[in-house]
Amino acid sequence: MNIEIKMAIEAQNLKKIFHRGSEEIPAVNDVTLSVEEGRFVSFVGPSGSGKTTLINILGCLDNPTSGKLKLGGQSIFDEGKTLSEAELTKIRREMFGYIFQKFYLIPTLTVLENVMLPFTFYKKPGADTDVEKVLRLLGIEHRKEHLPGEISGGEMQRVAIARALINRPKIILADEPTGNLDSKRSKEIGEILKELNQKERLTIVLVTHNSYLAGMAHQVFELRDGKIHVSGD
Amino acid sequence: MINIFQVAYKNLLRKKTRSGLTIIGIALAAWVLISLLGFNRGYESSLNTDIDNLGYQMLVTAKGCPYEAATLMLKGGTGLRYMKQEIADSIAKEPEVDKITPLLMEAVFDPNKGESGGITAYLGIDPKTFPKMKSFLEFKQGAWFSDPNANEAVLGYEAAELEQREVGDTLLIPDKNIELKVVGILKRTGTQDDGTIFIPIDALQEIFSKKDELTGIGIKVKKEADINKFEERMYKLPDVQVVSLSQVKQTIMTLVSTARVMVLSIALIAILISVVGVINTILMSVMERFQEIGILKSMGAMAGDIFKLIWIETLLLCLTGGVIGTALALATAKFTEILIRRILPYAPRGGLVKIDLSLVFLTLVVVILIGLLSGIYPSWKASRVRPLEAIRSEVE
Repeated sequence: MNIEIKMAIEAQNLKKIFHRGSEEIPAVNDVTLSVEEGRFVSFVGPSGSGKTTLINILGCLDNPTSGKLKLGGQSIFDEGKTLSEAELTKIRREMFGYIFQKFYLIPTLTVLENVMLPFTFYKKPGADTDVEKVLRLLGIEHRKEHLPGEISGGEMQRVAIARALINRPKIILADEPTGNLDSKRSKEIGEILKELNQKERLTIVLVTHNSYLAGMAHQVFELRDGKIHVSGD
Repeated sequence: MINIFQVAYKNLLRKKTRSGLTIIGIALAAWVLISLLGFNRGYESSLNTDIDNLGYQMLVTAKGCPYEAATLMLKGGTGLRYMKQEIADSIAKEPEVDKITPLLMEAVFDPNKGESGGITAYLGIDPKTFPKMKSFLEFKQGAWFSDPNANEAVLGYEAAELEQREVGDTLLIPDKNIELKVVGILKRTGTQDDGTIFIPIDALQEIFSKKDELTGIGIKVKKEADINKFEERMYKLPDVQVVSLSQVKQTIMTLVSTARVMVLSIALIAILISVVGVINTILMSVMERFQEIGILKSMGAMAGDIFKLIWIETLLLCLTGGVIGTALALATAKFTEILIRRILPYAPRGGLVKIDLSLVFLTLVVVILIGLLSGIYPSWKASRVRPLEAIRSEVE
């Protein structure tokens, strides 16, 4: 019996070159990788290794200089094809939920309003997400009427995760989501990402310096000088 | 679900002091604007009412300063020149004349008036012609004089209040030691008649030894008459000058319009300052939220959504300021009027600042336009933020 494995992300020879005067700096250098749907992968590496640049390209926040990228089997970047900001936004809102190191919650909106903020701009057709369920899943339902200033850092990041989930993304991109949290809260966030991956079958792409968090993933990509050095399960 | 208006409103609440100060700036501009436009309307309409209520269209006075003559017509005046009664008789024979009324204004210093004394003015009127010309005058108490030569007085509404007199009381003319009997008190007219003490012209001439002398002649022209031709003929009369009401109106409006242009310039400057204030506030807010705007875009907000959000924030600021400014203008209209009366050399009776619905609407439209215009640049700037730049600046 053949089981078809669907790919969430397929990158082929991705390159991103920055220019400083006449000098060329390859931030991402010929990266080829693939991530199956429902997998939890993490990127680790020292600062300046190109992790963030790579996931910016994978997350359609930036165009690569060259190479190919497919998301869910659909070609996004092809050699020489550059997408406009509007085109990138359309892809982003269909595919991704982003979690960043800073939480970027609006301080005058309640937790519930912050979580539902994406709906103000775009509600994915058929996204009948049960907000209460998401809040419960993240353990913040009792905080929904609170303002961000009234909750802890760990809870704020949970709110940011809930906000990323609200439009039912296919892939969650988390860039140093625990950078502002202590080790206990970091572990909690790691557990939540793992739970989301297992229960909701969400594809998770995590960039982190935290080896414990990285170790929770199915697959760890280690980057150095813009290249994938080690890829281990 | 939270809509874009709620998000914009709550964004403004983040920096309450800054938003508040910007709103105050706009409110002041709106206040100045609506008060000035209200003054424009109120002054002109009150002046028209004042002039229409004079009852005559032309005033003939002895030759002298035309502005003094205009003052006499509208406010009553002192130090006037005199002309002979016979001029009135000859003017009455002119074919264009419908009605004519001779007037004699006399003023006396009254040491008992106010804290350091004041001038009391008496207007001598002809009991046969004056009431017919001013048929709109109504009595609160009493009636016109019992006899054309009687030492009697009819007091305007305010004059009666000032002198604290009622019908049947007496009124002493200082210096002359003559007592007048108050026979009537007029209802409020909103014109200079309210402050006037009317006396039969023959009696006044007698009291002040001005037999056959007048300070003015009020003329009402027949409806079908060519008023311009009549005016031209009257200008040729020796020793007198003719002041037509349209001329007076024009002269006053010319004097006032100079002040009006200056004040409107100030309003324009206030508006420009508030526009700069709004741009500054919103631009600062956009710069501070640079990363956050990038994150909103990563959530799915298009450039147009961000433009709309920032534009709504600008509009909300301006509209709030506009509403507060309009309310302030309505609440302080009386105070503004008192202030204007102190500044202006001549202000007609009646409301000087008239703020109606159309004016409120106009001011709000101007304020919305200010919001729309001043919001363009910050909104455009915000809409151009790329999420990548925001994330990069986070990494840095």
